Amino acid sequence: MPQVEMDKVEPLLEQYEDQRLNLIPILQDVQETYRYLPELVLRRISKKLRVPLTEVYQVATFYRCFSLVPRGKHVIQVCLGTACHVRGAPRVLDRILRDLKLPHAGTTEDLQFTVETVRCIGCCGLAPVARVDNTNTHPHLTQAKVGGLLKKYQEKAEAPKAAKPDEASHAKA
Amino acid sequence: MPTLKINGIEVEVEKGMTVLEAARFLGIPIPTLCHEDALQPYGACRLCLVEVSNGRKTTLQASCCLPADDGLVVFTHSARVERARKLLLEMYVATCPSSKRIQDMASAMGLRECRYEAKHETCIQCGLCVRMCEQQMMAGAIGFSGRGVNRSVTRPFDMTSELCRQCGACLFICPVCESRCQGPQAESTLCNGCLNISTVCFQSYDNAMCFLEPCHACEIGGPFRADVGVKPRSKDLTHIVGK
Repeated sequence: MPQVEMDKVEPLLEQYEDQRLNLIPILQDVQETYRYLPELVLRRISKKLRVPLTEVYQVATFYRCFSLVPRGKHVIQVCLGTACHVRGAPRVLDRILRDLKLPHAGTTEDLQFTVETVRCIGCCGLAPVARVDNTNTHPHLTQAKVGGLLKKYQEKAEAPKAAKPDEASHAKA
Repeated sequence: MPTLKINGIEVEVEKGMTVLEAARFLGIPIPTLCHEDALQPYGACRLCLVEVSNGRKTTLQASCCLPADDGLVVFTHSARVERARKLLLEMYVATCPSSKRIQDMASAMGLRECRYEAKHETCIQCGLCVRMCEQQMMAGAIGFSGRGVNRSVTRPFDMTSELCRQCGACLFICPVCESRCQGPQAESTLCNGCLNISTVCFQSYDNAMCFLEPCHACEIGGPFRADVGVKPRSKDLTHIVGK
């Protein structure tokens, strides 16, 4: 088990009342802070909220926005819904995976990227589409555009204290 | 006190009762897999569904979760209900062919064939063990994880929970854990083993005798029920029965 900085949890837990209904908001905050849900943290939450660990685990494994293994700095969600599929999303996904040297959807070894497939993100007019970090939607993707898209976030990851990514900025081909 | 009509019988029930409880109070048997009186209703198995009419149209609803409200008109064994239950049971049999309780129920319901491929799962996700552990044993050592096809009963992080006292209540209540008859047709998807045998089970299979209790297959289509019309296929089974 990797070392977990537990000191980040306590201030986070203090923002909420110890009530069952706060479980999901807390888990969301933890997911944002650690980029995954560490086991020790889940145990702490279970104790603090007096919710059985099984229930915490049940919620943590139910929703796809939670992960029990570390996720990358940037989460790339490639839409494989019907419209995107028809317009070539599988090829885009293949290209992303090849560029990141991933055998299948998952997290790169340097924890920079996590590639996920999603069913539909509700903008079929922009197909094929991928969304990065839940905010930046990249429309009309082609294999040729993938390199630029990845480079943009790779550079951002390397630059120290990079500015916040622009909302809905489009990758240049 | 709400008054409702079950199969044409006016019945007055206590407030807060469910339709399932009301029907059982009347002595109408409704099959269930996920219901247990001591646990909260769950509505997972859907076998308890009944036809509920509200004037113009009727709907199928799970009676274990349906409050017995005033003026409800309920049919527990209409053709539509029976058909739906049979289909459900057929799928349950295909999921867990080795479960005694499911096979019993299928026999009792007169299920004669299973059109689906046997999956041989070990769980039907009725949630009985999880609820038992949480509500009666006050432990909460096991729970569901994942969702959809990946949903399963597990312990958190797949480690033995310190909350588990190994009381065995989960095993006791599990409808699937109990194995079915290990007689001549133990491998078949649908246990109708005794259906085609010309002699009573235990005369032919001393130790491997059928443990269905009562053996529904025998009762329904066994050799002593000529009126059902199932002819014993004795010549096909000579290698098992002998002679």
